Amino acid sequence: MVLFTIFCPIIAAILIMVGAPARKTALAASVLTFAAALFLLASFGYGQPDFQHVTSFTISPEWRLSFTTGIDGLSLIMVLLAAIVTPAAVWFAGPIDKHENAFYACLLFISGGAIGAFASLDLFFFYAFHELALIPTFLLIGMWGTGNRVAAAWKITIYLAIGSFVLLLGLILLYQSVPAPLRSFDIRALTVAASLGQIAADAQHHIYLLLLIGFGILVSLFPFHTWAPEAYASAPAPAAMLHAGVLKKFGLYGLLRLAIPLLPEGARHWTTLLVVLLLGNIIYVGLVTIAQKRLDWMLGYSSVMHMGYIFLGIASAGILGVTGAAVLMFAHGVSIALLFALAGELRQRTGTLVFDELGGLARVMPFAGLAFGLGAFAAIGLPGFTNFAGEIMIFFGAFKNGWTMNGFHIFQIATVLALWGVVISTVYMLRAYRKTFMGTINDQWRQLVDLRPALRVPVALLVGALLCFGFFPQALVQIVTPGFRAYLTANNYLTGTQRCSHGAARRPRILTQYEEDAPQGRGYNRQ
Amino acid sequence: MITTPMLEIAVLVLGMVILLVEAFATKIDRRILAFAAIAGLAVVLLGTFFVAPSPSPNQATGFWSFYTADRLSIFFKQFALLTTIFVLIMMIDYAPVLRSSFPGTQDGVGEFFAVPIFTCAGLMYLVSAIDFVFIFISLELVTISFYVLVSFTRRNPITLEAGTKYLVLSALSTAFLVYGIAWIFGVTGQTNLHRVAEALANPATDRGAALLGMVFVLVALGFKIAAVPFQIWVPDVYQGAPTPVTAYLSVGSKAAGFVVLLRVLLPFLTLPQTQRLIVLIALLTLIYGNLAALPQANLKRLLAYSSIAHAGYLLIGVVCFDARAVTFYLVAYLLMTLLSFAVLIIVAQQTGDEISDFDGLAQRSPFLAFAMLIGMVSLAGVPFTAGFLGKFYIFYTAVLQRQVVLVIVGVITVGCGFYYYLKVVRAMYWQSTANVDKISVNGLSRLAISALIIGTIWLGVYPQPIFDALKR
Repeated sequence: MVLFTIFCPIIAAILIMVGAPARKTALAASVLTFAAALFLLASFGYGQPDFQHVTSFTISPEWRLSFTTGIDGLSLIMVLLAAIVTPAAVWFAGPIDKHENAFYACLLFISGGAIGAFASLDLFFFYAFHELALIPTFLLIGMWGTGNRVAAAWKITIYLAIGSFVLLLGLILLYQSVPAPLRSFDIRALTVAASLGQIAADAQHHIYLLLLIGFGILVSLFPFHTWAPEAYASAPAPAAMLHAGVLKKFGLYGLLRLAIPLLPEGARHWTTLLVVLLLGNIIYVGLVTIAQKRLDWMLGYSSVMHMGYIFLGIASAGILGVTGAAVLMFAHGVSIALLFALAGELRQRTGTLVFDELGGLARVMPFAGLAFGLGAFAAIGLPGFTNFAGEIMIFFGAFKNGWTMNGFHIFQIATVLALWGVVISTVYMLRAYRKTFMGTINDQWRQLVDLRPALRVPVALLVGALLCFGFFPQALVQIVTPGFRAYLTANNYLTGTQRCSHGAARRPRILTQYEEDAPQGRGYNRQ
Repeated sequence: MITTPMLEIAVLVLGMVILLVEAFATKIDRRILAFAAIAGLAVVLLGTFFVAPSPSPNQATGFWSFYTADRLSIFFKQFALLTTIFVLIMMIDYAPVLRSSFPGTQDGVGEFFAVPIFTCAGLMYLVSAIDFVFIFISLELVTISFYVLVSFTRRNPITLEAGTKYLVLSALSTAFLVYGIAWIFGVTGQTNLHRVAEALANPATDRGAALLGMVFVLVALGFKIAAVPFQIWVPDVYQGAPTPVTAYLSVGSKAAGFVVLLRVLLPFLTLPQTQRLIVLIALLTLIYGNLAALPQANLKRLLAYSSIAHAGYLLIGVVCFDARAVTFYLVAYLLMTLLSFAVLIIVAQQTGDEISDFDGLAQRSPFLAFAMLIGMVSLAGVPFTAGFLGKFYIFYTAVLQRQVVLVIVGVITVGCGFYYYLKVVRAMYWQSTANVDKISVNGLSRLAISALIIGTIWLGVYPQPIFDALKR
């Protein structure tokens, strides 16, 4: 079933390139993927920290390289996010002027690549699937974008290509940091090796820094964020929805999947740096967002700014903060997709997204106004939306973080400053809402029509997801917590700095469980 | 059972037969010669899979002290044969251009198909050579046949310029090679590489003089592999030479250069200066090749600079002395470079070889545009293509050996690569063109291009066959 969610969009994309009817095939494939993701959610074994639905094909026995897929709680909610945003993006795409088939194929490649990256248990394919999803993003911006699309496409291409290769170096170093007999591309095997203390502390420092920069560029961590607003402003709405909503979460997912369980020493070493950078995201980029004069740029900057909260959750390294980060990743993905979709519809109708030229649009487009308002409130983090659940967990988790630090230290300062981020995002979101949908309406916009009924389905899907998990955040929390708890206990995040020296006395659950089904004679069975 | 030297003899005989037929059977269509050559080389390629092993090179005497048939050399013989077959297929596509260069007659077309066979024999000898004398002779066989090929369309002044430049600089590099060999022979009294290594291990040997000889040899090989600062000839010669010859130069000549480099450097690895020197050359090559490729507007020149850039990545593998990484990269390089040149030859006959001539190729020929897309993304290093795994393997080795500077420069230059390779993709898919004529592709080329596309993706997804083939 995991394989189906990965390859359904990819096969559909290939069919579309060969000549299948573009929109129908894409919609069918994305709805099927959504159904498959719901099935995965329903059949997910709660409370188990290990990977489920694992399938594996050996590629190179010599390098211990294999195509292995499987999901745990974190993967599941990321796959679910991709499966929710994809049909919405495809639905919003509508008729395309030129190369319609290529457009839909690109959308499905992004979706399939992202799901593949989230469900891969092998470092190589984890990286390669993400790259597979990046290329269509560049093409979408360059071919179908608006405004200064070619410059934006170049910028994002060069930026993310360098980011990817920095990340690749980090991953190679990570693979090599494990002693040769334990070496494997399998993330589970690496996790076992790390929990046995096989990755030396100074090696962890280098690797974590490389991963932080690599993933940071991909996630638009301050100061590597300048590609993002421009690219999102130029991108066609479905591409912005899929990239900002889903694909960008790959970097955060990577930090949660690799950096926290495998490199606890590295994470501890670079905590201060990460906290300073993420405050740059929240405060500096937040202020820049307020200064924006166009809706698309403002949304682009706001998506950069919100990454700061998620980084705060990851930096806190406590169970509460990390869980909050996972929840906010999901929530932000859905809410930013909704906002980009509506901004795209507005651009299609009015031809402009400059605040000064808009205004009063809620009179002619009440449904769009309502939906945008809900999306904006979600992005601000109002209670009732999933974003609120994520943010509050991050703030509580960061204030009482997993590191043992004495007194009033950087985390408390960072949390207090980050709380101001909520005020900042209220300012820019409400301001955008007022300038676009409230106030006096320009005469030229009086003839605009509201979203046609068919488009209300994807809006309802996205808003529904935000509200549903907003009122029942526990549904997400109980999916991700067991996996995180296993990692964090394995690395003694919660109890201080002493390491599991031999691993025999208190073997973390994930370790014992993994060793039970590890193939014999591969070197990681120590007893 | 076939012994290895029979392969080269078969190739030489094939070349001579084709030359004789060309001389006496004046009435036949010259393309038949090319098909015969392709068929003959394909038979030899098949034969390489059934060769008997040769004696261990350490105790070898007589002929076997010049010539080795180890796994690496047989692999590269297959490599040379495969390259030559693809180049001959490209040459058939290129034949109309050649005819227009010799108006009214078929003169010369036959030789155009026959000379690459001798180059191929030279390459096959070269990869087996373990003695400086033999290296020199087979290198000359390759180089002299390239003199002919590069200036083949000699009525074209640009080609003539390319031919002259190649001749002069190549002769200069040969002189360096002979001088270097003379120094090494003078110090060690040996020309066989294994005995040179033994002599160098002896503390009584004059290391400084041997190092001087090695530097001269390195200069000559740097010319072959287009490493900075011996790359000056590359852009002009690549642009001026007939395009199939350019493809042959950039793949065949480079691969042979790297095999010889790996063999020649082996005795000198005990000298620490050697590695430092190659690190320096690799850095310069990476930076120069990638930066100079950025502003190019002509695709042949772009590929010339990209060939320099790829020499840089290959040199990273040489610094780490990982023959398998270098070999894998060369195989990937073969596939993607030949793919790009094959498309270039077909498109250039319709429009031209500027990048702007590729505008809107996606509408004119989706097949060729897709082939070029695969070639370019593989050269750039996008996952699921052979080029990515090649770079992955090279960087993997470099990281393992802690070549920090090389890795950092390598990663940044890969970013540059994305820019200039995707420039071609942009022209094909994003730019529109007034010229909407369809471009037709004949059956054989279509087959060859499809095989190269499949090969590029296959190696990017499932590289194990090459790893197995390289296992000793």
